[in-house]
Amino acid sequence: MTVSPLLTVKDLSVAFGPERAPIPVVENVSFSVRRGETLALVGESGSGKTLTGKSLLGILPKGARITSGSAVLDDNLGRVDLLSIPLKELRKIRGGRVSMIFQEPMSSLSSLHTIGNQVMEAVLLHNECSGGDAKNRCLETFQNVGFPDPERAFRAYPFELSGGLRQRAMIAMAMVCKPRLMIADEPTTALDVTTQATVLELIKQLQRDNGMSVIMVTHDLGVVANMADNVVVLRKGKVVESGPARPVLMTPGHGYTRKLINAAPEIPENLDARSEPSEDFILHATNLSKTYPGKPVGLGKMSDPVKAVQDVRIELRRGETLAVVGESGSGKSTVAKLMLQAERPDPGASVMFTGQDGKEIDVAALSGSELIKFRRKVQIVFQDPFASLSPRMNVCDILTEPLRVHNIGTGREQRDRAADLMERVGLSADHLQRFPHAFSGGQRQRISIARALALGPELIVCDEPTSALDVSVQAQVLELFKELRDDFNLSYLFISHDLAVVADLADRVAVMWRGRVVEEGPVKALFNNPVHPYTKALMAASPEPDMEKPLDLAAVALGAGEPQSWVEPFGYQGDDAPGLIEVEAGHFVRRAA
Amino acid sequence: MLTYILRRSITMAWTLLAISVLIFAIINLPDGNYLTNQIRELMVTGEEASIAKAKFLLQQYSLDKPLVEQYAIWLGVWPGPNGFSGILQGDFGYSFELDRPVSDIVTESMWFTIGLNLVVVLFVYMTALPLGALAAVRANTWIDYLTSLIGYLGLATPNFLLALVLMYYGNKAVGLPIGGGMAKEFLDEPMSFAKFGSIMLHMIAPVIVIGTAGMAGMTRRLRANLMDELSKPYVTTAEAKGVSPTRTVVKYPLRMALNPFIADIGNLLPQLVSGSVLVSVVMSLPTIGPILLSALRSQDIFLSGFILLFVSALTLVGMLISDLLLAVVDPRIRLAGKSGNQR
Repeated sequence: MTVSPLLTVKDLSVAFGPERAPIPVVENVSFSVRRGETLALVGESGSGKTLTGKSLLGILPKGARITSGSAVLDDNLGRVDLLSIPLKELRKIRGGRVSMIFQEPMSSLSSLHTIGNQVMEAVLLHNECSGGDAKNRCLETFQNVGFPDPERAFRAYPFELSGGLRQRAMIAMAMVCKPRLMIADEPTTALDVTTQATVLELIKQLQRDNGMSVIMVTHDLGVVANMADNVVVLRKGKVVESGPARPVLMTPGHGYTRKLINAAPEIPENLDARSEPSEDFILHATNLSKTYPGKPVGLGKMSDPVKAVQDVRIELRRGETLAVVGESGSGKSTVAKLMLQAERPDPGASVMFTGQDGKEIDVAALSGSELIKFRRKVQIVFQDPFASLSPRMNVCDILTEPLRVHNIGTGREQRDRAADLMERVGLSADHLQRFPHAFSGGQRQRISIARALALGPELIVCDEPTSALDVSVQAQVLELFKELRDDFNLSYLFISHDLAVVADLADRVAVMWRGRVVEEGPVKALFNNPVHPYTKALMAASPEPDMEKPLDLAAVALGAGEPQSWVEPFGYQGDDAPGLIEVEAGHFVRRAA
Repeated sequence: MLTYILRRSITMAWTLLAISVLIFAIINLPDGNYLTNQIRELMVTGEEASIAKAKFLLQQYSLDKPLVEQYAIWLGVWPGPNGFSGILQGDFGYSFELDRPVSDIVTESMWFTIGLNLVVVLFVYMTALPLGALAAVRANTWIDYLTSLIGYLGLATPNFLLALVLMYYGNKAVGLPIGGGMAKEFLDEPMSFAKFGSIMLHMIAPVIVIGTAGMAGMTRRLRANLMDELSKPYVTTAEAKGVSPTRTVVKYPLRMALNPFIADIGNLLPQLVSGSVLVSVVMSLPTIGPILLSALRSQDIFLSGFILLFVSALTLVGMLISDLLLAVVDPRIRLAGKSGNQR
């Protein structure tokens, strides 16, 4: 006997635009979710995966509407078609029988109301109970989702919590009414990898305890491999492949699925050192620290100063790539700013830059015209290609601006250079007159890279240049970085939060944790023989699209906690960290001798 | 919270002191003052007795002393001919033009001004809040267009014109009183229920006239803010929780959009005081505005100085109130720096 599925979606279509000329964004999507199972809706941006999830609860954004289809929910309370019942009835189901969690835990929670207030609201809406009972249920749920102090979480405001705890609060809000189905829309995308691993595990465990079904909307095949029983792959609003997770991921039938799996960054098994260690340093920084003074709190009192970067050493050889990897708050972006003289390091630091002409420059002492000259040699590529290009300038203006600022060449030469650059980054020179909004995210990032190349720099600082891009685009952009490095003999300081992204590009990797480098070494040594528990945790926490390699939560737990909890000889004594010790040639680890 | 209020009050005191210096300097910028002008005039006609009186007053109020000393005496931190007697001691000086102490002249109109402005602020907020919220939630429907129309009319119509129109038709249609702060028979009466009622009745027209422009601007700002907030993810979260639409809007985005709304109180007050001068003249309201105007024209320095100081104090108090309200409404401001981000 077959049990009917919890949710059966048939021929769901969603469209934008006017009634007469609808623009379809989801077309004839069908799938079903069985009790206690997890279904993953996978796709890149614009695939319609989020709209599919939202349409089930009738919370589509303005302008979007459901044009056809049914979604029958069949639980112990009866059968209903979520797409056709009146809004008033649907409202009773939202948050009660079907709940949803969102990507950005910060902006998805109101910062003017306490966590308790917002979670309790769901209880009071869907249950007839007193305030006291509701509060007890909240506290119980907080306990279940792993809040160390439920009472305190109840009174806290979202901005008082860390990202991981905020997402736990979101999950608590979705769980508190014991829903039969939870729709999770990229629940871990905004989180650090180690946090992501624990949150994914939490969802799994809650699912085991309550027998709830989950629809996981995600772009990350690694997450899919770890969570899903069934997979639906979406592309431009259409289902291209669906079925049980194992066959879809292991032996994908559709080319697009294969492409997605291949593009997912993976830590390679075998790595070769690309270059022989030379002594030709383009950038050599020692004793690098940055302390931000505390803010005044109350009368005459100051909060503790923030030590964003402590005693970091950067050695970047010419033509090499140094990757600085760390989670949010690790100080990696501050290091980048210090290199560019966008911030001044604390006294005692030395930042030496050696140009191709062999002259050594003390970057920290530069000012005025010297600094401007230095900036021609060092350029930056930013994370967000949507925010870092002015929407009011066309591409030609964007690419010639650095040349105009530095007064290089005539107008005609500048335009020719812009055309060259466009070709070089894989775009057509015919598009120079277009404005940034006419390009996709990946193309915009190519334009950012072309702009950085305009002045013929020797060093490019890349601040998370691919983290806002889809995986397939990310792979192409990383490939472009590699080509350019070899063609122009560029050196990169590559900032990233993702070890897998840098594995293929970097020569050396420095892993940072709260302002300190905990492990640094050649890429081969670091990936094949990670020593520090935090590095191991980072590697274990990054989910891979391989059913055979599930997340190793034990390793994550060992390294992701406070440094005092790290096993000997790695633990800190209070705020005092042990020194960096060379464990093998060029491979340094922060540990007691 | 207590330290916050204390700290704010101290800053406020310093600001007020700085403003007093500025005011005193500015009212003394034009050559001479009411008395010296009068003496010059009297010289021509040669009325010895009057000249002697004016000169006596000049001495009495130390207007022959250097400016810095004059200021210190005016403030009450320096002994004048009558010992320490200045603003700090509650002696606001003497109006030479009206030949009465400043406190006598302004007391009544000061209270009327404060009262009128309070009612206007209440009116502005009570109308702008629902109108702005409705306009945002029902954006691009007839409700939105209607509030926009009212708003544009309010912004674009000159106040005195609106005052005349409202007085005429208000009186014709429902018998609203024309002009004045209260009915004549209550003028020098002690406060009573009937007098209060009369004042209220007389306030209706002025409040609408003075408040319309502020209300219109406020409605537009609230609409814009709220529309921004309505598309934020936390609104979707509330919807996904099953909260009803009205409750969603009122509890979440509306509260978020209130911040600039509250912060405007401080800005609103001085605008109302200076903006209502013309209206006060047209509607013959006993507010402080017309008195200030005539005092400035005749260089009656103590009177104008005090009124300017009073308006500044009103603004500062308004800003203090809006800051305190903000801290009450918004935990991010209340808790900022206290606990920081707990990671």
